[in-house]
Amino acid sequence: MTLPSWKFTAKEIVKKPELFTSGHRACAGCGPAIALRQIMKATRGPTIVTNATGCMEVVSTIYPYTAWKVPWIHTAFENVAANASGIEAALKAMKRKEMYKGTIDVIAFAGDGGTFDIGIQALSGAAERGHDFLYVLYDNEAYMNTGIQRSGGTPHGASTTTSPAGKVIPGKTQFKKPIADIMVAHEIPYVATASIAYWQDVLMKARKGLEVEGPAFLHVFAPCPRGWRYDTSKTVEIARLAVETCVFPLWEAVNGNYSLSPQSKIAALKPDRKKPVIDYLKMQRRFRHLFNPSFEHERIVIQERIDKRWGKLLKKCDMA
Amino acid sequence: MSERKKGWKEIPVGGVCWKPATEYSTGDWRTFKPVHDSEKCTKCLLCPIICPDASINWNTATQDIEFNYNFCKGCGICANECPANAIEMVREGEA
Repeated sequence: MTLPSWKFTAKEIVKKPELFTSGHRACAGCGPAIALRQIMKATRGPTIVTNATGCMEVVSTIYPYTAWKVPWIHTAFENVAANASGIEAALKAMKRKEMYKGTIDVIAFAGDGGTFDIGIQALSGAAERGHDFLYVLYDNEAYMNTGIQRSGGTPHGASTTTSPAGKVIPGKTQFKKPIADIMVAHEIPYVATASIAYWQDVLMKARKGLEVEGPAFLHVFAPCPRGWRYDTSKTVEIARLAVETCVFPLWEAVNGNYSLSPQSKIAALKPDRKKPVIDYLKMQRRFRHLFNPSFEHERIVIQERIDKRWGKLLKKCDMA
Repeated sequence: MSERKKGWKEIPVGGVCWKPATEYSTGDWRTFKPVHDSEKCTKCLLCPIICPDASINWNTATQDIEFNYNFCKGCGICANECPANAIEMVREGEA
């Protein structure tokens, strides 16, 4: 990949027209809405968006209102990647027949339910076929729009309505699926993780994903105040804390070569600046049962698993 | 609503949404209202980018940020993140 000739400065970004407009009906303090706004600011020209069922589909197009200023197609939970493949194939055919000039980008948005659980089959197929599109996973770590049910993206220990914490069970007993690593294993040209707290990073990675030839996968961490049970004003703070505690490290893999992003490099180069995961857990009431004396060992389990994954990532990035 | 709704013969084919969401104001959801102090503000332009509702705009004429209270849901992210503490959340109706 050649060095980017584009730069994102705040002054230019605020002047760019909103493609995901105000008036959508997401909850106050919605993390995924921030993610979508930021990514739509990174587009380079005509763009077609397809959206799997999920929070952002529901809140942005409540009939007859639409918050999108681009061609937008709603699709079912499972087939957003298949839909994007179809759009890309149609564009290719139209280009061959000289029906349009230039490039048209295709972006597929899906939540964690539509990616980790229901949509992975279509996503895997589209990645294997090598369609040129950007798949954005906005990860709010549960099925928030239907009422906070657990998904493959829910972290260990989180209390949701289908993995409630009680006297015996400490919330979800399984661990989060490493979806971005699964996508790297598909040998696609670009995979990255991003957090809404670092907007320049999100924009850069989204643009890189659009510029690259072939499928690109972007995993955006987007906290949800309703489901994670914290004050609405803390959305960006928690997104930042997730990176600082290495719960959600930021990295990108270009053609399978991992490299840490600057925000996570700090924790890699200066391990004393890596914050304990307890700072992250205690801000959210979905983890409050972990602070009962009976579940003390769970906090250690979570910290150990995060350290293990962080160590693995450092090895992949040649920084261990 | 007093306006007559479109019948099935008049609506667009294929369930296409025909109204922009900007016609639907979400500002009345708000309990707390962000109030901006122009003197403290360093114009870092962080808040227009992290606002989930795109309700903070950069006004090129006045060279200042301005809130669109028609859409602000009062989440308080801007006040929490502002590096200069130039945004304060006040209860609606008190200021």
